[in-house]
Amino acid sequence: MKSSLIKSTVIFLGLFFLYFPILVLIFYSFNENKRVMVWKGFSLRWYNELFNNEQIIEAFIISIKIAALSATFATILGVMIGYSLVRIRKIPFKSFYIFLSSTPLVLPELILGLSMLLFFISLNNVIGFPSSRGQLTIFISHVTFCIAFVAIIIQARLTDFNKNIEEAAMDLGYNYTKVLYKITLPIILPSIIAGWLLAFTISLDDLVVASFTTGPGANTLPIVVFSKVRLGLSPEVNALSAILMFALIIIGLFYFYFNKKFKH
Amino acid sequence: MKNKLFEKYFVFSPYFWLVLFFFIPLAIIFKISISVSEWGMPPYQDIFLFDNGFKINTTFENYVYIFSDYYYIGSFVNSLILALISTFFCLLIGFPLAFYIATSNIRLRNILLVLVVIPFWSSFLLRVYAWKIILQNNGILNVILLNLGIISEPLQLLYNQYAVIMGIVYTYLPLMILPLYGYLNKFDLNLIEASKDLGLNRIKTFFKVILPLSVPGIVAGSLLVFIPVVGEFIIPEMLGGSDRLYYGKILWEEFFVNRNWPGASALAFSGIIILVLPIVIFQIIYSRWSQKNEI
Repeated sequence: MKSSLIKSTVIFLGLFFLYFPILVLIFYSFNENKRVMVWKGFSLRWYNELFNNEQIIEAFIISIKIAALSATFATILGVMIGYSLVRIRKIPFKSFYIFLSSTPLVLPELILGLSMLLFFISLNNVIGFPSSRGQLTIFISHVTFCIAFVAIIIQARLTDFNKNIEEAAMDLGYNYTKVLYKITLPIILPSIIAGWLLAFTISLDDLVVASFTTGPGANTLPIVVFSKVRLGLSPEVNALSAILMFALIIIGLFYFYFNKKFKH
Repeated sequence: MKNKLFEKYFVFSPYFWLVLFFFIPLAIIFKISISVSEWGMPPYQDIFLFDNGFKINTTFENYVYIFSDYYYIGSFVNSLILALISTFFCLLIGFPLAFYIATSNIRLRNILLVLVVIPFWSSFLLRVYAWKIILQNNGILNVILLNLGIISEPLQLLYNQYAVIMGIVYTYLPLMILPLYGYLNKFDLNLIEASKDLGLNRIKTFFKVILPLSVPGIVAGSLLVFIPVVGEFIIPEMLGGSDRLYYGKILWEEFFVNRNWPGASALAFSGIIILVLPIVIFQIIYSRWSQKNEI
Protein backbone atom coordinates (compact mmCIF):
# COMPACT_ATOMS: atom_id res chain seq x y z
CA MET A 1 0.00 0.00 0.00
CA LYS A 2 2.93 2.30 0.64
CA SER A 3 3.98 2.33 -3.01
CA SER A 4 0.47 3.14 -4.23
CA LEU A 5 0.42 6.13 -1.89
CA ILE A 6 3.69 7.40 -3.37
CA LYS A 7 2.25 6.84 -6.81
CA SER A 8 -0.93 8.85 -6.20
CA THR A 9 1.06 11.62 -4.54
CA VAL A 10 3.46 11.92 -7.47
CA ILE A 11 0.62 11.99 -10.00
CA PHE A 12 -1.36 14.46 -7.94
CA LEU A 13 1.60 16.83 -7.49
CA GLY A 14 2.48 16.56 -11.17
CA LEU A 15 -1.02 17.45 -12.30
CA PHE A 16 -1.20 20.22 -9.72
CA PHE A 17 2.04 21.71 -11.08
CA LEU A 18 0.69 21.56 -14.63
CA TYR A 19 -2.75 23.02 -13.91
CA PHE A 20 -2.14 25.47 -11.08
CA PRO A 21 -0.82 28.34 -13.26
CA ILE A 22 -3.70 27.92 -15.71
CA LEU A 23 -6.23 28.05 -12.89
CA VAL A 24 -4.57 31.14 -11.41
CA LEU A 25 -4.81 32.86 -14.77
CA ILE A 26 -8.51 32.02 -15.14
CA PHE A 27 -9.22 33.03 -11.54
CA TYR A 28 -7.67 36.49 -11.92
CA SER A 29 -9.52 37.10 -15.19
CA PHE A 30 -12.66 37.58 -13.07
CA ASN A 31 -11.02 40.25 -10.92
CA GLU A 32 -12.84 43.60 -10.98
CA ASN A 33 -9.68 45.55 -10.14
CA LYS A 34 -7.55 47.16 -12.82
CA ARG A 35 -4.50 46.21 -10.82
CA VAL A 36 -4.36 42.55 -11.73
CA MET A 37 -2.91 41.27 -8.46
CA VAL A 38 -5.20 42.99 -6.00
CA TRP A 39 -8.48 41.13 -5.66
CA LYS A 40 -11.48 43.46 -5.53
CA GLY A 41 -14.39 41.21 -6.36
CA PHE A 42 -15.91 39.01 -9.02
CA SER A 43 -16.71 40.72 -12.29
CA LEU A 44 -16.94 40.11 -16.02
CA ARG A 45 -15.70 43.62 -16.70
CA TRP A 46 -12.50 42.57 -18.49
CA TYR A 47 -14.35 40.16 -20.76
CA ASN A 48 -16.53 43.05 -21.75
CA GLU A 49 -13.52 45.30 -22.39
CA LEU A 50 -11.87 42.49 -24.34
CA PHE A 51 -14.76 42.19 -26.78
CA ASN A 52 -14.68 45.93 -27.31
CA ASN A 53 -10.94 46.01 -27.90
CA GLU A 54 -10.65 46.40 -31.66
CA GLN A 55 -6.91 45.80 -31.74
CA ILE A 56 -7.25 42.39 -30.10
CA ILE A 57 -10.31 41.37 -32.12
CA GLU A 58 -8.60 42.33 -35.37
CA ALA A 59 -5.44 40.45 -34.41
CA PHE A 60 -7.55 37.44 -33.51
CA ILE A 61 -9.21 37.39 -36.94
CA ILE A 62 -5.86 37.74 -38.73
CA SER A 63 -4.40 34.91 -36.62
CA ILE A 64 -7.31 32.56 -37.30
CA LYS A 65 -7.12 33.30 -41.02
CA ILE A 66 -3.39 32.67 -41.23
CA ALA A 67 -3.63 29.56 -39.05
CA ALA A 68 -6.46 27.99 -41.06
CA LEU A 69 -4.76 28.67 -44.40
CA SER A 70 -1.28 27.59 -43.38
CA ALA A 71 -2.62 24.47 -41.63
CA THR A 72 -4.42 23.49 -44.83
CA PHE A 73 -1.36 23.96 -47.04
CA ALA A 74 0.95 22.32 -44.52
CA THR A 75 -1.41 19.35 -44.26
CA ILE A 76 -1.53 18.82 -48.03
CA LEU A 77 2.26 19.00 -48.35
CA GLY A 78 2.85 17.06 -45.12
CA VAL A 79 0.60 14.21 -46.25
CA MET A 80 2.54 14.08 -49.52
CA ILE A 81 5.84 13.81 -47.62
CA GLY A 82 4.53 11.18 -45.20
CA TYR A 83 3.16 9.16 -48.10
CA SER A 84 6.35 9.53 -50.15
CA LEU A 85 8.62 8.47 -47.31
CA VAL A 86 6.64 5.31 -46.53
CA ARG A 87 5.19 4.20 -49.87
CA ILE A 88 7.34 5.56 -52.68
CA ARG A 89 10.65 3.82 -53.09
CA LYS A 90 12.34 6.08 -55.61
CA ILE A 91 12.97 9.51 -54.16
CA PRO A 92 15.88 11.40 -55.69
CA PHE A 93 18.43 12.43 -53.03
CA LYS A 94 16.37 10.72 -50.36
CA SER A 95 18.59 11.72 -47.42
CA PHE A 96 18.31 15.35 -48.52
CA TYR A 97 14.53 14.87 -48.65
CA ILE A 98 14.55 13.49 -45.11
CA PHE A 99 16.83 16.32 -43.99
CA LEU A 100 14.46 18.93 -45.45
CA SER A 101 11.35 17.39 -43.94
CA SER A 102 12.72 16.77 -40.44
CA THR A 103 15.13 19.62 -39.69
CA PRO A 104 12.38 22.22 -39.12
CA LEU A 105 11.39 20.11 -36.09
CA VAL A 106 14.73 20.63 -34.35
CA LEU A 107 15.73 24.05 -35.63
CA PRO A 108 15.22 26.81 -33.03
CA GLU A 109 12.34 29.08 -34.10
CA LEU A 110 14.53 32.13 -33.83
CA ILE A 111 16.94 30.87 -36.49
CA LEU A 112 14.04 29.81 -38.72
CA GLY A 113 12.44 33.23 -38.35
CA LEU A 114 15.68 35.05 -39.16
CA SER A 115 16.32 32.90 -42.23
CA MET A 116 12.79 33.52 -43.53
CA LEU A 117 13.10 37.28 -43.04
CA LEU A 118 16.47 37.46 -44.80
CA PHE A 119 15.08 35.27 -47.57
CA PHE A 120 12.10 37.58 -48.17
CA ILE A 121 14.34 40.63 -48.16
CA SER A 122 16.77 39.03 -50.64
CA LEU A 123 13.90 37.83 -52.82
CA ASN A 124 12.54 41.35 -52.90
CA ASN A 125 15.95 42.68 -53.95
CA VAL A 126 16.12 40.19 -56.80
CA ILE A 127 12.58 39.98 -58.20
CA GLY A 128 10.82 42.86 -56.46
CA PHE A 129 8.49 40.59 -54.55
CA PRO A 130 7.28 40.59 -51.78
CA SER A 131 7.60 44.36 -51.65
CA SER A 132 6.48 44.47 -48.04
CA ARG A 133 6.08 41.77 -45.45
CA GLY A 134 2.73 40.90 -43.96
CA GLN A 135 0.16 38.16 -43.80
CA LEU A 136 1.47 36.41 -46.92
CA THR A 137 5.01 36.11 -45.60
CA ILE A 138 3.78 34.85 -42.20
CA PHE A 139 1.62 32.34 -44.03
CA ILE A 140 4.56 31.01 -46.09
CA SER A 141 6.78 30.72 -43.00
CA HIS A 142 4.11 28.94 -41.01
CA VAL A 143 3.44 26.44 -43.78
CA THR A 144 7.18 25.73 -43.94
CA PHE A 145 7.58 24.85 -40.30
CA CYS A 146 4.23 23.07 -39.87
CA ILE A 147 4.84 20.63 -42.76
CA ALA A 148 7.27 18.57 -40.70
CA PHE A 149 4.77 18.05 -37.85
CA VAL A 150 2.06 16.80 -40.20
CA ALA A 151 4.57 14.61 -42.04
CA ILE A 152 5.62 12.66 -38.92
CA ILE A 153 2.00 12.02 -37.89
CA ILE A 154 1.11 10.69 -41.37
CA GLN A 155 4.35 8.74 -41.60
CA ALA A 156 3.64 7.01 -38.28
CA ARG A 157 0.10 6.16 -39.35
CA LEU A 158 1.13 4.77 -42.75
CA THR A 159 3.90 2.68 -41.20
CA ASP A 160 1.33 1.27 -38.79
CA PHE A 161 -1.26 0.06 -41.22
CA ASN A 162 -1.02 -3.03 -43.27
CA LYS A 163 0.15 -2.54 -46.83
CA ASN A 164 -1.60 -5.78 -47.80
CA ILE A 165 -4.95 -3.99 -47.81
CA GLU A 166 -3.71 -1.73 -50.59
CA GLU A 167 -2.21 -4.66 -52.48
CA ALA A 168 -5.40 -6.68 -52.14
CA ALA A 169 -7.38 -3.79 -53.62
CA MET A 170 -4.90 -3.60 -56.51
CA ASP A 171 -5.30 -7.35 -57.12
CA LEU A 172 -9.04 -6.90 -57.19
CA GLY A 173 -8.66 -4.48 -60.07
CA TYR A 174 -8.45 -1.06 -58.46
CA ASN A 175 -5.96 1.18 -60.16
CA TYR A 176 -3.39 3.27 -58.35
CA THR A 177 -5.51 6.41 -58.04
CA LYS A 178 -8.56 4.49 -56.95
CA VAL A 179 -6.60 2.70 -54.20
CA LEU A 180 -5.35 6.04 -52.96
CA TYR A 181 -8.78 7.65 -52.82
CA LYS A 182 -10.87 4.63 -51.77
CA ILE A 183 -8.48 2.82 -49.43
CA THR A 184 -5.47 4.81 -48.27
CA LEU A 185 -7.01 8.24 -47.76
CA PRO A 186 -10.03 7.05 -45.75
CA ILE A 187 -7.76 4.99 -43.49
CA ILE A 188 -5.40 7.87 -42.74
CA LEU A 189 -8.16 10.51 -42.64
CA PRO A 190 -8.23 10.75 -38.80
CA SER A 191 -4.47 11.34 -38.82
CA ILE A 192 -4.89 13.98 -41.51
CA ILE A 193 -7.42 15.78 -39.32
CA ALA A 194 -5.13 15.42 -36.31
CA GLY A 195 -2.25 16.83 -38.35
CA TRP A 196 -4.35 19.79 -39.46
CA LEU A 197 -5.37 20.53 -35.85
CA LEU A 198 -1.75 20.39 -34.71
CA ALA A 199 -0.60 22.69 -37.52
CA PHE A 200 -3.48 25.08 -36.81
CA THR A 201 -2.53 25.33 -33.12
CA ILE A 202 1.17 25.76 -33.83
CA SER A 203 0.47 28.58 -36.27
CA LEU A 204 -2.03 30.24 -33.94
CA ASP A 205 0.44 30.10 -31.06
CA ASP A 206 3.59 31.17 -32.89
CA LEU A 207 5.21 34.40 -31.77
CA VAL A 208 8.86 34.21 -32.78
CA VAL A 209 8.61 33.36 -36.49
CA ALA A 210 5.66 35.73 -36.92
CA SER A 211 7.61 38.56 -35.27
CA PHE A 212 10.37 38.19 -37.84
CA THR A 213 8.15 37.89 -40.90
CA THR A 214 5.39 40.34 -40.00
CA GLY A 215 4.84 43.71 -41.58
CA PRO A 216 2.29 46.50 -41.70
CA GLY A 217 -1.26 45.32 -41.09
CA ALA A 218 -0.26 41.86 -39.93
CA ASN A 219 -0.17 41.94 -36.16
CA THR A 220 -1.14 38.45 -35.12
CA LEU A 221 -2.67 37.72 -31.73
CA PRO A 222 0.57 36.51 -30.06
CA ILE A 223 2.37 39.65 -31.29
CA VAL A 224 -0.31 41.91 -29.75
CA VAL A 225 -0.45 39.90 -26.52
CA PHE A 226 3.34 39.90 -26.20
CA SER A 227 3.52 43.67 -26.65
CA LYS A 228 0.93 44.03 -23.87
CA VAL A 229 2.51 41.72 -21.31
CA ARG A 230 6.22 42.07 -22.07
CA LEU A 231 6.71 44.65 -19.36
CA GLY A 232 3.74 44.14 -17.08
CA LEU A 233 0.36 42.56 -16.58
CA SER A 234 -2.84 43.24 -18.45
CA PRO A 235 -6.33 42.41 -17.15
CA GLU A 236 -7.65 42.14 -20.70
CA VAL A 237 -5.02 39.54 -21.52
CA ASN A 238 -6.19 37.59 -18.46
CA ALA A 239 -9.69 37.46 -19.89
CA LEU A 240 -8.33 36.52 -23.31
CA SER A 241 -6.22 33.77 -21.71
CA ALA A 242 -9.22 32.14 -20.11
CA ILE A 243 -11.13 32.03 -23.40
CA LEU A 244 -8.15 30.97 -25.51
CA MET A 245 -7.02 28.26 -23.09
CA PHE A 246 -10.50 26.80 -23.10
CA ALA A 247 -10.75 26.85 -26.91
CA LEU A 248 -7.29 25.39 -27.42
CA ILE A 249 -7.86 22.64 -24.88
CA ILE A 250 -11.00 21.63 -26.80
CA ILE A 251 -8.95 21.50 -30.01
CA GLY A 252 -6.40 19.39 -28.14
CA LEU A 253 -9.09 16.91 -27.08
CA PHE A 254 -10.24 16.60 -30.70
CA TYR A 255 -6.65 15.97 -31.71
CA PHE A 256 -6.42 13.08 -29.26
CA TYR A 257 -9.71 11.71 -30.46
CA PHE A 258 -8.63 11.67 -34.11
CA ASN A 259 -5.07 10.60 -33.51
CA LYS A 260 -6.12 7.63 -31.38
CA LYS A 261 -9.12 6.50 -33.38
CA PHE A 262 -8.72 3.41 -35.58
CA LYS A 263 -5.36 2.75 -34.01
CA HIS A 264 -6.33 -0.66 -32.71
CA MET B 1 1.93 4.54 -66.43
CA LYS B 2 -0.33 6.95 -64.63
CA ASN B 3 0.96 6.14 -61.15
CA LYS B 4 4.48 7.31 -62.03
CA LEU B 5 3.17 10.78 -62.74
CA PHE B 6 1.25 10.64 -59.52
CA GLU B 7 4.29 9.64 -57.50
CA LYS B 8 6.34 12.43 -59.06
CA TYR B 9 3.66 14.92 -58.10
CA PHE B 10 3.62 13.62 -54.52
CA VAL B 11 7.38 13.68 -54.10
CA PHE B 12 8.14 16.94 -55.86
CA SER B 13 5.45 19.34 -54.62
CA PRO B 14 6.74 19.36 -51.03
CA TYR B 15 10.30 19.01 -52.31
CA PHE B 16 9.90 22.21 -54.28
CA TRP B 17 8.31 24.07 -51.36
CA LEU B 18 10.97 23.02 -48.85
CA VAL B 19 13.91 23.75 -51.13
CA LEU B 20 12.52 27.17 -51.94
CA PHE B 21 11.29 28.20 -48.49
CA PHE B 22 13.55 26.25 -46.18
CA PHE B 23 16.82 25.30 -47.82
CA ILE B 24 17.40 28.53 -49.73
CA PRO B 25 16.70 30.69 -46.62
CA LEU B 26 19.30 28.64 -44.71
CA ALA B 27 21.73 29.13 -47.59
CA ILE B 28 21.04 32.87 -47.47
CA ILE B 29 21.90 32.95 -43.77
CA PHE B 30 25.23 31.34 -44.63
CA LYS B 31 25.78 33.73 -47.51
CA ILE B 32 25.15 36.82 -45.40
CA SER B 33 27.28 35.44 -42.57
CA ILE B 34 30.33 35.47 -44.87
CA SER B 35 29.54 38.86 -46.39
CA VAL B 36 31.46 42.01 -45.60
CA SER B 37 29.34 44.32 -43.49
CA GLU B 38 28.92 47.98 -44.32
CA TRP B 39 26.67 50.90 -43.46
CA GLY B 40 23.66 51.02 -45.72
CA MET B 41 20.63 49.07 -46.74
CA PRO B 42 21.05 46.13 -46.88
CA PRO B 43 23.93 46.44 -44.39
CA TYR B 44 26.32 44.09 -46.19
CA GLN B 45 28.19 43.92 -49.49
CA ASP B 46 27.48 41.44 -52.26
CA ILE B 47 29.68 38.39 -52.21
CA PHE B 48 30.15 38.52 -55.98
CA LEU B 49 31.49 41.76 -57.43
CA PHE B 50 31.36 42.43 -61.15
CA ASP B 51 32.48 46.06 -61.41
CA ASN B 52 36.17 45.46 -62.18
CA GLY B 53 36.06 41.97 -63.54
CA PHE B 54 34.75 39.12 -61.41
CA LYS B 55 35.75 39.03 -57.77
CA ILE B 56 34.55 36.98 -54.83
CA ASN B 57 34.10 39.22 -51.83
CA THR B 58 33.80 37.02 -48.75
CA THR B 59 35.12 37.19 -45.24
CA PHE B 60 35.24 35.17 -42.05
CA GLU B 61 35.49 38.39 -40.03
CA ASN B 62 31.96 37.95 -38.67
CA TYR B 63 32.78 34.56 -37.20
CA VAL B 64 36.07 35.81 -35.80
CA TYR B 65 34.18 38.77 -34.35
CA ILE B 66 31.57 36.71 -32.49
CA PHE B 67 33.96 33.98 -31.38
CA SER B 68 36.52 36.39 -29.97
CA ASP B 69 34.06 38.45 -27.95
CA TYR B 70 33.06 37.08 -24.56
CA TYR B 71 29.70 38.87 -24.87
CA TYR B 72 28.64 36.39 -27.57
CA ILE B 73 30.39 33.23 -26.34
CA GLY B 74 29.34 33.92 -22.77
CA SER B 75 25.67 34.20 -23.67
CA PHE B 76 25.83 31.03 -25.72
CA VAL B 77 27.39 29.22 -22.77
CA ASN B 78 24.67 30.70 -20.53
CA SER B 79 22.05 29.24 -22.87
CA LEU B 80 23.71 25.82 -22.85
CA ILE B 81 23.84 25.82 -19.05
CA LEU B 82 20.23 26.97 -18.87
CA ALA B 83 19.18 24.19 -21.26
CA LEU B 84 21.16 21.61 -19.27
CA ILE B 85 19.62 22.61 -15.93
CA SER B 86 16.11 22.82 -17.38
CA THR B 87 16.43 19.43 -19.06
CA PHE B 88 17.65 17.94 -15.78
CA PHE B 89 14.65 19.27 -13.85
CA CYS B 90 12.22 18.22 -16.59
CA LEU B 91 13.66 14.72 -16.31
CA LEU B 92 13.52 14.78 -12.53
CA ILE B 93 9.83 15.70 -12.53
CA GLY B 94 8.89 13.98 -15.77
CA PHE B 95 10.38 10.56 -15.12
CA PRO B 96 8.40 9.56 -12.01
CA LEU B 97 5.27 11.03 -13.55
CA ALA B 98 5.71 9.14 -16.83
CA PHE B 99 6.63 5.97 -14.93
CA TYR B 100 3.58 6.02 -12.68
CA ILE B 101 1.26 6.87 -15.56
CA ALA B 102 2.68 3.99 -17.60
CA THR B 103 2.17 1.57 -14.71
CA SER B 104 -1.45 2.61 -14.04
CA ASN B 105 -4.31 0.49 -15.31
CA ILE B 106 -5.18 1.03 -18.94
CA ARG B 107 -8.27 3.23 -18.57
CA LEU B 108 -6.68 5.56 -16.05
CA ARG B 109 -3.52 5.61 -18.14
CA ASN B 110 -5.19 7.19 -21.16
CA ILE B 111 -7.00 9.77 -19.06
CA LEU B 112 -3.82 10.74 -17.22
CA LEU B 113 -1.85 10.98 -20.43
CA VAL B 114 -4.39 13.33 -21.98
CA LEU B 115 -4.43 15.37 -18.74
CA VAL B 116 -0.65 15.73 -18.84
CA VAL B 117 -0.46 16.77 -22.46
CA ILE B 118 -3.52 19.03 -22.62
CA PRO B 119 -1.75 22.05 -21.03
CA PHE B 120 0.75 21.79 -23.85
CA TRP B 121 -2.07 22.56 -26.27
CA SER B 122 -3.01 25.76 -24.54
CA SER B 123 -1.10 28.85 -25.57
CA PHE B 124 2.63 28.81 -24.84
CA LEU B 125 2.82 32.58 -24.40
CA LEU B 126 -0.07 32.63 -21.94
CA ARG B 127 1.36 29.81 -19.86
CA VAL B 128 4.54 31.83 -19.47
CA TYR B 129 2.43 34.88 -18.64
CA ALA B 130 0.71 32.86 -15.89
CA TRP B 131 4.06 32.52 -14.10
CA LYS B 132 4.48 36.25 -14.29
CA ILE B 133 1.28 36.54 -12.26
CA ILE B 134 2.30 33.84 -9.78
CA LEU B 135 5.79 35.23 -9.15
CA GLN B 136 4.85 38.92 -8.81
CA ASN B 137 5.95 40.73 -5.65
CA ASN B 138 2.33 40.76 -4.51
CA GLY B 139 1.66 37.53 -6.38
CA ILE B 140 0.07 34.38 -5.12
CA LEU B 141 3.29 32.61 -4.12
CA ASN B 142 4.54 35.52 -2.04
CA VAL B 143 1.12 35.87 -0.40
CA ILE B 144 1.11 32.20 0.60
CA LEU B 145 4.66 32.34 1.96
CA LEU B 146 3.86 35.53 3.91
CA ASN B 147 0.73 34.07 5.44
CA LEU B 148 2.55 30.92 6.45
CA GLY B 149 5.08 33.12 8.19
CA ILE B 150 7.99 31.62 6.23
CA ILE B 151 9.05 35.05 5.00
CA SER B 152 8.44 38.45 6.55
CA GLU B 153 8.57 40.53 3.40
CA PRO B 154 7.88 39.69 -0.27
CA LEU B 155 10.71 38.02 -2.14
CA GLN B 156 11.84 39.24 -5.54
CA LEU B 157 10.95 36.06 -7.41
CA LEU B 158 10.56 37.49 -10.87
CA TYR B 159 13.13 38.79 -13.37
CA ASN B 160 16.02 36.49 -12.55
CA GLN B 161 17.46 33.25 -13.90
CA TYR B 162 15.48 31.08 -11.45
CA ALA B 163 12.18 32.42 -12.77
CA VAL B 164 13.43 31.60 -16.27
CA ILE B 165 14.24 28.01 -15.29
CA MET B 166 10.85 27.70 -13.60
CA GLY B 167 9.03 28.92 -16.72
CA ILE B 168 11.01 26.63 -19.00
CA VAL B 169 10.53 23.52 -16.88
CA TYR B 170 6.82 24.25 -16.72
CA THR B 171 6.29 24.83 -20.44
CA TYR B 172 8.57 22.06 -21.70
CA LEU B 173 7.60 19.32 -19.22
CA PRO B 174 5.03 17.64 -21.53
CA LEU B 175 7.71 17.35 -24.23
CA MET B 176 9.77 15.29 -21.79
CA ILE B 177 6.90 13.16 -20.50
CA LEU B 178 5.52 12.07 -23.89
CA PRO B 179 8.56 10.22 -25.27
CA LEU B 180 9.38 8.83 -21.80
CA TYR B 181 5.86 7.48 -21.53
CA GLY B 182 6.12 6.09 -25.06
CA TYR B 183 9.04 3.88 -24.07
CA LEU B 184 7.93 3.03 -20.54
CA ASN B 185 4.55 2.00 -21.91
CA LYS B 186 6.07 -0.71 -24.09
CA PHE B 187 8.04 -2.10 -21.20
CA ASP B 188 7.01 -5.38 -19.61
CA LEU B 189 6.07 -4.74 -15.99
CA ASN B 190 6.81 -8.36 -15.14
CA LEU B 191 10.48 -7.50 -15.44
CA ILE B 192 10.20 -5.43 -12.27
CA GLU B 193 8.52 -8.32 -10.45
CA ALA B 194 11.13 -10.73 -11.81
CA SER B 195 13.96 -8.56 -10.60
CA LYS B 196 12.38 -8.34 -7.14
CA ASP B 197 11.89 -12.10 -7.08
CA LEU B 198 15.55 -12.52 -7.93
CA GLY B 199 16.41 -10.55 -4.82
CA LEU B 200 17.18 -7.09 -6.11
CA ASN B 201 15.95 -4.30 -3.88
CA ARG B 202 14.04 -1.26 -5.16
CA ILE B 203 17.08 0.90 -5.75
CA LYS B 204 18.94 -1.86 -7.58
CA THR B 205 15.82 -2.67 -9.63
CA PHE B 206 15.63 0.94 -10.65
CA PHE B 207 19.25 1.25 -11.69
CA LYS B 208 19.67 -2.22 -13.20
CA VAL B 209 16.29 -2.74 -14.87
CA ILE B 210 14.09 0.33 -15.23
CA LEU B 211 16.70 2.95 -16.04
CA PRO B 212 18.62 1.04 -18.77
CA LEU B 213 15.36 0.15 -20.50
CA SER B 214 14.18 3.76 -20.56
CA VAL B 215 17.39 5.21 -22.02
CA PRO B 216 15.85 5.75 -25.51
CA GLY B 217 12.95 7.66 -23.96
CA ILE B 218 15.27 9.74 -21.79
CA VAL B 219 17.40 10.60 -24.81
CA ALA B 220 14.43 11.52 -27.00
CA GLY B 221 12.78 13.63 -24.29
CA SER B 222 16.01 15.39 -23.37
CA LEU B 223 16.68 16.37 -26.97
CA LEU B 224 13.14 17.68 -27.39
CA VAL B 225 13.68 19.93 -24.38
CA PHE B 226 17.36 20.81 -24.72
CA ILE B 227 17.49 22.10 -28.31
CA PRO B 228 14.57 24.54 -28.34
CA VAL B 229 15.60 25.84 -24.90
CA VAL B 230 19.02 26.88 -26.21
CA GLY B 231 17.28 29.09 -28.76
CA GLU B 232 14.52 30.19 -26.39
CA PHE B 233 13.75 33.89 -26.58
CA ILE B 234 10.30 34.50 -25.12
CA ILE B 235 10.71 33.02 -21.63
CA PRO B 236 13.91 34.91 -20.68
CA GLU B 237 12.32 38.04 -22.16
CA MET B 238 9.19 37.73 -20.00
CA LEU B 239 10.50 36.21 -16.77
CA GLY B 240 14.22 36.94 -16.86
CA GLY B 241 16.14 39.95 -15.72
CA SER B 242 19.39 41.53 -16.75
CA ASP B 243 21.43 39.15 -14.59
CA ARG B 244 22.00 36.79 -17.51
CA LEU B 245 22.07 37.21 -21.25
CA TYR B 246 21.12 34.33 -23.48
CA TYR B 247 21.79 33.35 -27.07
CA GLY B 248 18.25 34.12 -28.28
CA LYS B 249 18.29 37.65 -26.89
CA ILE B 250 21.76 38.38 -28.29
CA LEU B 251 20.75 37.13 -31.75
CA TRP B 252 17.56 39.24 -31.65
CA GLU B 253 19.40 42.39 -30.61
CA GLU B 254 22.28 41.88 -33.02
CA PHE B 255 19.73 41.86 -35.82
CA PHE B 256 17.05 44.32 -34.75
CA VAL B 257 18.98 46.73 -32.52
CA ASN B 258 22.58 46.70 -33.78
CA ARG B 259 21.42 46.09 -37.37
CA ASN B 260 24.47 43.89 -37.84
CA TRP B 261 22.97 41.40 -40.28
CA PRO B 262 26.20 39.54 -41.06
CA GLY B 263 26.91 39.21 -37.33
CA ALA B 264 23.40 37.94 -36.59
CA SER B 265 23.64 35.50 -39.49
CA ALA B 266 27.00 34.24 -38.24
CA LEU B 267 25.44 33.72 -34.80
CA ALA B 268 22.49 31.85 -36.33
CA PHE B 269 24.65 29.69 -38.57
CA SER B 270 26.99 28.84 -35.68
CA GLY B 271 23.88 27.85 -33.75
CA ILE B 272 22.89 25.48 -36.55
CA ILE B 273 26.37 23.94 -36.67
CA ILE B 274 26.71 23.60 -32.90
CA LEU B 275 23.15 22.45 -32.15
CA VAL B 276 21.74 20.69 -35.17
CA LEU B 277 24.85 18.97 -36.51
CA PRO B 278 25.60 17.07 -33.27
CA ILE B 279 22.06 15.68 -33.30
CA VAL B 280 22.48 14.31 -36.79
CA ILE B 281 25.80 12.72 -35.81
CA PHE B 282 24.35 11.52 -32.54
CA GLN B 283 21.39 9.88 -34.27
CA ILE B 284 23.69 7.94 -36.57
CA ILE B 285 25.85 6.72 -33.67
CA TYR B 286 22.82 5.95 -31.57
CA SER B 287 20.99 3.97 -34.24
CA ARG B 288 24.14 1.87 -34.74
CA TRP B 289 24.50 1.36 -31.00
CA SER B 290 20.89 0.27 -30.59
CA GLN B 291 21.16 -2.09 -33.56
CA LYS B 292 24.18 -3.69 -31.97
CA ASN B 293 22.43 -4.04 -28.63
CA GLU B 294 19.18 -5.12 -30.26
CA ILE B 295 16.95 -2.69 -28.46
